[in-house]
Amino acid sequence: MAEGERPPQRIAESRGLPRSRTRLSLVWFIPIVAALVGVWVAVTRIMGEGPVVTLVFQSAEGLEAGKTKVHYNGVDIGTVTAIRLSQDHKRVIITIQMAPKTDEFLVQDTRFWVVRPRISGANVTGLGTLISGAYIGMEIGSSKVRRRDFVGLETQPVITGEMAGRFFVLKTPDLGSLDTGTPVFFRRLQVGEVSSYALDPDGKLLTVMVFVRTPYDQYVNPNTRFWHASGIDVSVSASGLKVQTQSVLSILIGGIAFETDPTLPVRPPAEADSVFRLYGDRAAAFQPAPENPQTYQLIFNESVRGLAAGAPVEFRGIPIGEVTDVRAQIDLKNFQFSVPVTIQLDPRRLGVKVLGTAAGVGFETLRHRLIDSLVGHGVRAQLRTGNLLTGAVYVALDIFPGAAPATVDWSQQPVRLPTIPGQLEQTEASINDIIQKLNKMPLQQIGENLQKALGDLDLTLVSARGTLVSAQGTLGNASNLTAPNSVQVQQLDATLQEVSRAARSVRLLTDYLERHPEALIRGKKGEAK
Amino acid sequence: MSSSAPAESYPTAMQEGLHGCAVCGLISRPAPGAEEGRCPRCNEELAFRKRASVQRTWAYLLAAAICYVPANLLPVLTTTTATGTESDTILQGVVLLWSPTGWPLSLIVLVASIMIPSAKILALAYLLVTAQRGSVKNNTQRVRLYRVVEFIGRWSMVDVFVDTFTAALIQLQPLMSVAPAPGLLFFAAVVVLTMLAAESFDPRLIWDAANSKEEVHG
Repeated sequence: MAEGERPPQRIAESRGLPRSRTRLSLVWFIPIVAALVGVWVAVTRIMGEGPVVTLVFQSAEGLEAGKTKVHYNGVDIGTVTAIRLSQDHKRVIITIQMAPKTDEFLVQDTRFWVVRPRISGANVTGLGTLISGAYIGMEIGSSKVRRRDFVGLETQPVITGEMAGRFFVLKTPDLGSLDTGTPVFFRRLQVGEVSSYALDPDGKLLTVMVFVRTPYDQYVNPNTRFWHASGIDVSVSASGLKVQTQSVLSILIGGIAFETDPTLPVRPPAEADSVFRLYGDRAAAFQPAPENPQTYQLIFNESVRGLAAGAPVEFRGIPIGEVTDVRAQIDLKNFQFSVPVTIQLDPRRLGVKVLGTAAGVGFETLRHRLIDSLVGHGVRAQLRTGNLLTGAVYVALDIFPGAAPATVDWSQQPVRLPTIPGQLEQTEASINDIIQKLNKMPLQQIGENLQKALGDLDLTLVSARGTLVSAQGTLGNASNLTAPNSVQVQQLDATLQEVSRAARSVRLLTDYLERHPEALIRGKKGEAK
Repeated sequence: MSSSAPAESYPTAMQEGLHGCAVCGLISRPAPGAEEGRCPRCNEELAFRKRASVQRTWAYLLAAAICYVPANLLPVLTTTTATGTESDTILQGVVLLWSPTGWPLSLIVLVASIMIPSAKILALAYLLVTAQRGSVKNNTQRVRLYRVVEFIGRWSMVDVFVDTFTAALIQLQPLMSVAPAPGLLFFAAVVVLTMLAAESFDPRLIWDAANSKEEVHG
């Protein structure tokens, strides 16, 4: 302690302080806490680091490293961290940093796809992506096998596994306006969607997968009929115009409707992935399937232009079957062309009242008897024009009382029914007749003769002219003769007066004779006296 | 001891065995054998130098350095827009702001939020190391450095304020909203801890070595 110049007594002595406890200050608590917090944050960050997933896509269009998210049910559970090309430069490999605790999502059958705005008819999905850009959607699989690298789906699945419901398989020859996402209606209520479609390997039918949500899937049973519900069905009947549609939506984009015939017995719901036929329209769907369809053959010798398989066979306007096959046939022996048309008749639609089904008489016998009697009564097949615009032709079965008698040969298979030429054909035939008669006329010869006659006529006319001139002279003379002052006329006049006088005397004579007929014999009385 | 001698040649209060009360200004002498005491007038704690200055400064500085790491690695701001949620760290913000026209703003953020805190930590560490080693070089510069550090300390809090204001003001719920993220907490901790460190550092320590050398020489 150094001594200063100032006297020590002038400086106050500070009060003693209890000796400081530890040499280590409590302040060290702060960095320890900071370190602990830092370590904790780091640990939670590292522990919270989710799994890294790689996806393979055809294209990374719309995806951006560091921005594009992976969404599952709308929850952001991952971010694209890197996008690079594969070794062969054909595909894109996308690395995704998943959110923590997503390991159990990444299993064998988990699916990933890119969600882009998609406007397919009823479904406008991914509208948000218009603003936010594309994101990656995923569907968690049910497998237990973990997996880290996936191949992304190129098209977004319409139905993801989370939705309760069932898939059904529809077979159709024509896709129509269907697309993935096309609605499925049940009593005009949208209950599902088309999830996918594919052409069968043989190329004949299309397989359309539809998804029907729970609880509506219970209304699909083996008797259910599916049909194209697209467009407007306009039918004109005696009662007026009838327009039938599903919903406005289905008019625009098409749809599939299903219904079960209420008259049929209720059956348990169909199994998932049951196969159904997709009918063209509701009427077709509920048309009773032909039972015991009977096949007949019709031979037409006329042109069958406009007749196609599927054309109706009508009995007096009632459809009772359809044409199944049309083909040409040449009989080389007689060198005759004919067109055998195969038709299929649904006997039920004919509504035949079988009077007294005799026991022991089989259906076939009854059928033979029926057809025989029909043909016997003049039932014939005829081609008729159904639509003047399109020229579509249908087969009409009708009674022609004046038809030439025909019999049915039951030994042939298929049985041939007699035909008569169509109405147009008949007209055509008669016109043909006339034309042929006209053809037979020796027009050329007539012409030649006519030409010769005309030449003669020419000569005749020249001479006729001379004749006419002389005739004119004659007539002039005649006219002179008849002029009022002509001598002839005066002479004639005098002669006529003379005649008139003579006539009067004759009259007087006859009058006298009438009164005195005896004068003829006796002479006049006066004269006699 | 002449009047023309440099300032180092005059004694300090500690050398004289005196300590002045920072509250009432009374000069007192510690009790024999003691280095610390209480002001006889106002009962303020008295010490020749700030108590455990080096130790405390080191502790604060260490805590600040630890917090500096998550402050820069964690996002400070979470922006939720219609396009999605985005969390940005300070550095990402700098990159985001960097554009041909916006670069000055980007530079401000870079300087204020990244360079100044780190510079403060480094400066204080340098002051502490030199003070502990008893370095006598560049004393004047070191004191100037200390003054700068102390002055600038409070301004680093601007970042925190900007962030909190943005978070409070930009709340257009469906369109856009901004929320502070955990990184901001660490950043604030860095600022507060560096301020505390600067506060706990006793600049007189810079000169003590010089004085003791003087004593040795004198």
